[in-house]
Amino acid sequence: MSNDIFKLGGLEFESRLLTGTGKYADDSVIPDVCKASGSQIITVALRRVDLESETGNVMDFIPKHMQLLPNTSGARTAEEAVRIARLAKAMGCGNWIKIEVISDNKYLLPDGYETAKATEILTKEGFVVLPYVNADLYIARSLVDAGAAAVMPLGAPIGTNRGLKTREMVRILIDEIDLPIIVDAGIGRPSEACEAMEMGADACLVNTAIATASDPALMGKAFSRAVKAGRDAYLSGPGAKHSHAKASSPLTGFLHEG
Amino acid sequence: MSFYPICAEYNDAPLAEQFGSVTEQDVRRALNKNTLGPEDFLALLSPAAVPLIEEMAAKANQLTLQHFGRTIQLFTPLYMANFCTNKCVYCGFNTKNNIPRSQLGPEELEKEAKAIAATGLKQLLILTGDARAKSSPEYIESAVKILRKHFPSVSIEIYAMTEEEYSRLVEVGVDGMTMFQETYNEVLYPELHPAGPKHDYRFRLDAPERACKAGMRVVNIGALLGLDDWRHDALKTGIHAAYLQNEYPEVDIAVSLPRIRTHVGDAFTPKSLVSDTNLVQNMLALRIFLPRCGITISTREAPDFRENILPLGVTRMSAGVSTEVGGHTGDEEEEKVGQFDISDERSVDEMCEVLRKHGYQPVFKDWHPLQEAS
Repeated sequence: MSNDIFKLGGLEFESRLLTGTGKYADDSVIPDVCKASGSQIITVALRRVDLESETGNVMDFIPKHMQLLPNTSGARTAEEAVRIARLAKAMGCGNWIKIEVISDNKYLLPDGYETAKATEILTKEGFVVLPYVNADLYIARSLVDAGAAAVMPLGAPIGTNRGLKTREMVRILIDEIDLPIIVDAGIGRPSEACEAMEMGADACLVNTAIATASDPALMGKAFSRAVKAGRDAYLSGPGAKHSHAKASSPLTGFLHEG
Repeated sequence: MSFYPICAEYNDAPLAEQFGSVTEQDVRRALNKNTLGPEDFLALLSPAAVPLIEEMAAKANQLTLQHFGRTIQLFTPLYMANFCTNKCVYCGFNTKNNIPRSQLGPEELEKEAKAIAATGLKQLLILTGDARAKSSPEYIESAVKILRKHFPSVSIEIYAMTEEEYSRLVEVGVDGMTMFQETYNEVLYPELHPAGPKHDYRFRLDAPERACKAGMRVVNIGALLGLDDWRHDALKTGIHAAYLQNEYPEVDIAVSLPRIRTHVGDAFTPKSLVSDTNLVQNMLALRIFLPRCGITISTREAPDFRENILPLGVTRMSAGVSTEVGGHTGDEEEEKVGQFDISDERSVDEMCEVLRKHGYQPVFKDWHPLQEAS
């Protein structure tokens, strides 16, 4: 559907697949992935950006047309996330920022409270803030209040490729939160991205599954198609799915008898 | 909190018997779990796991790829001084060894830093011998201020400090700390470290925890495998890493896997010889037990071996290494003695080429300091 525009941070995008830059065997494959996946938004960890490097800077491999989404990977508190966001802006990475505040290196689960605090500070400074959080309605509401541009709930713990384990909670966010819902983290297969989109998620961010595939560009293409298929299915209004069986002899049939 | 009472339990336990009684079934059960306990880790380190090493490798490979991708972080050590007051019987810097001793001054540090930075490396590990009077906390602080101008990440591998001293180093820009317990065996430890401040087993054992409390981002621990039965120290190291990970979830916990090599001085015979198979088994067991734990391999290991283990769990490697004070610059004619002999003498460029050939991206920078260098 050509008129299905994805609006985010005051800009319009055709692709609803966001990609990343981490975990690649070779960053030189990134342009191919961007091309094959049609992705228009790409996240990059500021901690890995090295503008002075002569030995290879990840930024050199990001096609110019991509919307850059620096992230605060490594931040353990709201304060660190805010400082990383400001550094990113100062380094010329623009005013979009994906907030990641993680102080648990065992599971890499995001800290919702600190994330909301950082979101509030940074939106006031004019950043377009995309916070990565647990799929939790209360956190999502506080992010709406804080001025976030979207809510990015995790499908499963980051890097696990376990799929859409938080499906019921993501569904609630889709129903209740009046901001784009971008499922971020945990999606390991295109079919899982498709399912998230079919449910009504506005977009998916996929990094590990693409970066660690044997053929990242081909996997990027597969995700692109899956995201599109899921979106089309959502827009076309799939038939209602019943959670319980329909009795062939209606239980209230007697009301209509005689 | 302290790891000491937990470690004491392992030191009192009949570990040889426990390792000996593990069955193949125990190993398989451990391999099939998502979350492993200490008893599973012990099973994976046991002799019964050796025939299943290929299956362990497959799982470790998958976990490493999932959590770290196809990347290897590169760093290099900078030996700032080799004055030492310890008598560690296995070490080239032992105070009894008659070797030239020196310490880099500000200008030499700057020169070394520039020479290393020119190779593209961004993560520096600074080392001094254990001589507080010579390499004082103040000397180290002032050195860090110089080095941080050239490196976004500076870590320390120095004598055990107090929490306050670590905090001061964090303030001037140190983000990582490496501490080798050498051996967790409390009876053997004083025999191997007969004199000097390092003689204090408990002060050293608790040092990584003090570094966590002081706000270090990365804390890297390890035993020098071979000093005691390697299985015993490998087990206790993993349990120590798990303890730190649970108590300080905000800190990246990593483990180094060095095995003892030769050095100048008296002939020290290690208690156990650690074969390639042993070291690989240790790495695999650790990766499966602690999937997110960093694993560091140094240039003590030979080039072939370092390449062969790339898919098996390693996440950080040293490159372009000299274990001599001022080894990156200075007079080539001058006699210098390293702490230990390195096996992999390849340059940073050569190491990068090798990593790329194997399908791995060398990662130079992995942290951007929040305070700019002063």
